[in-house]
Amino acid sequence: MWTERSPRSLMGDAWRRFRRHRPALFGCAVLCALLLTITLGPFFYQRYLSYQLHASGSPPREANPDLRSLIDHFDLRAILKPPSMAHPFGSDDLGRDLLARCLYGGRISLAVGLAAMLMAIALGTAIGAIAGFYGGVIDQILMRLTDLFLALPGIPITLLIVYLFRERVVGLLGSREVGVFLLMVLVIGGFAWMSTARIVRATFLSLKEREFIMAALALGVSHPAIIVRHLLPNAFGPIVVAATLEVGSAIIAESTISFLGVGFSPDTPTWGRLVTDGSQYLQAAPWLALFPGGLIFLTVLSINFVGDGLRDALDPRR
Amino acid sequence: MTHYILRRILIAIPTLLLISMVIFAVLALAPGDPLAEFALNPAIPEATRELIRIQFGLDQPWPIRYLKWLIALLRGDWGFSFASKSPVIDLIWQRLPQTLVVVGSAHLIGIILAIPIGIISAIKQYSLFDTIATMLALIGLSLPSFFIGIIAMLVFAVNLKWFPLVYSTTLEVRDLASLGQQVRQMFLPVLVLVVQQTGAIARFMRAAMLDNLSQDYVRTARAKGLREWIVVLRHLLPNSLIPVVTLVALSMPSIFSGAIITETLFRVNGIGALLISSINTNDTPVVMAITFIFAVLTVIFNLIADILYAILDPRVRYVD
Repeated sequence: MWTERSPRSLMGDAWRRFRRHRPALFGCAVLCALLLTITLGPFFYQRYLSYQLHASGSPPREANPDLRSLIDHFDLRAILKPPSMAHPFGSDDLGRDLLARCLYGGRISLAVGLAAMLMAIALGTAIGAIAGFYGGVIDQILMRLTDLFLALPGIPITLLIVYLFRERVVGLLGSREVGVFLLMVLVIGGFAWMSTARIVRATFLSLKEREFIMAALALGVSHPAIIVRHLLPNAFGPIVVAATLEVGSAIIAESTISFLGVGFSPDTPTWGRLVTDGSQYLQAAPWLALFPGGLIFLTVLSINFVGDGLRDALDPRR
Repeated sequence: MTHYILRRILIAIPTLLLISMVIFAVLALAPGDPLAEFALNPAIPEATRELIRIQFGLDQPWPIRYLKWLIALLRGDWGFSFASKSPVIDLIWQRLPQTLVVVGSAHLIGIILAIPIGIISAIKQYSLFDTIATMLALIGLSLPSFFIGIIAMLVFAVNLKWFPLVYSTTLEVRDLASLGQQVRQMFLPVLVLVVQQTGAIARFMRAAMLDNLSQDYVRTARAKGLREWIVVLRHLLPNSLIPVVTLVALSMPSIFSGAIITETLFRVNGIGALLISSINTNDTPVVMAITFIFAVLTVIFNLIADILYAILDPRVRYVD
């Protein structure tokens, strides 16, 4: 007997499988909490912090300071203080509040991660799709290009490009923060598209001879429409997984570049920059490196968990 | 087979040429003048600076400079460092041994640890050991290596005082005591690289074992009444090692890149640290040479991985 039941959809199945993956759910929860804290948290925290600063006798200069001005607030009487009510994450060598700096840095680190991921996925999908769909000489050229990028020594070249072009880009854009941000995203994203390109190409190669593509071609559907509407959805799962994992590795890449002293300048506190600055006070104030480092770790670990969960959930063979 | 290997080598050569050209172009097209230092020096007039420029060949377009650099490189002339006023090749020979020792021992220890961990994880899938190993591997992969280094410094050097905080570059190994000191100061830099290596290789080993575990030949071996450890070590392991060998070869360049970070952190005077200091002093010939060495390593290990794969896996036949 047939009972009334809504049909099972692909996405519904994926969601059911994803829910069973405990670490992935944990990762999801942590990521949501982190995102909320970083986006909305400062609105509450800047009020709390300026209240605390008033109470401790070092009021901020403005009446209603925002996060950007609070991260630069010096308090020479609160140098290298361990975590307390006034400074929940402690304070650094200039008496600046570490939690405020972590919140601000989190925005930049996550923005770099997301933007670099978008760039890598867009590039990889476009290159893989064109190579897989058209084949022949175009495929050959694009795949040799992919091989070339895979063979380039990643970290040294990234360092080199950021270091050499930093001043030029900053000069062109007029703002240090925006300039370095753009360069970071371009370089990190520009060296991370290769695996996506290979996945998309492989999917396209295996599908383009199938009947439904023949039918679409026979009906006169244009090539871009076939690529986007008929072929690309089949590569959706692997692309989503690659995209998730890429955010994590981009955050690590940004922090590593900042650690090596080539990335953002000291007045832009990204998480990587904060760990680097804090590592000079490892003996006197270990929390300076541990809090931002812990945030990087928590974020990337959660992203990797979610990526694992998505890989299992979106795999139709299961 | 010989045909296949020859073809791979022939592909590697143009790849290397292209990479070196890309790196050279990046350096040549970048703003920033290698002679900027002289411009600030009032003792060197404009005319002399022009002469130096012509003498170094900096007045020519970059493709010509690239060709000259390449020909000199092939003759064994790696150029002259602006900063330390000595031949680049001497600098690199001074620095390379430290990097090779740290990277080599880290890779070796990583492999020795990872393969048994991967095997046990796969055989006892979902056991407590497997869960913990998988967790640790994920944690290792989620930490930036410099942060692992900072934590290791904090725990082992600052709090426990077991190992020195920074690497002493003047230490010479003469007797047992100084050898012990050398091992102790190498411990932390090697540890950081091992943590990152082991996780990745163990996970890969586990996946490769699991792939083979459900194959017919394993069932046949068991059906013959072979003892389990013989099935695992003699039948499963060699087949599962094929992809792992490839991964190990492919991860060599990335562990060299990782060495840049550990060397900076622990002040080991290897080529990674040299690269960073040369970037900061705008020492183009050294930067070019080291980046090129990294590229050569990447291409060579890619080649080794491909060839090993072809030799180890008799199912793969390369006819074309």
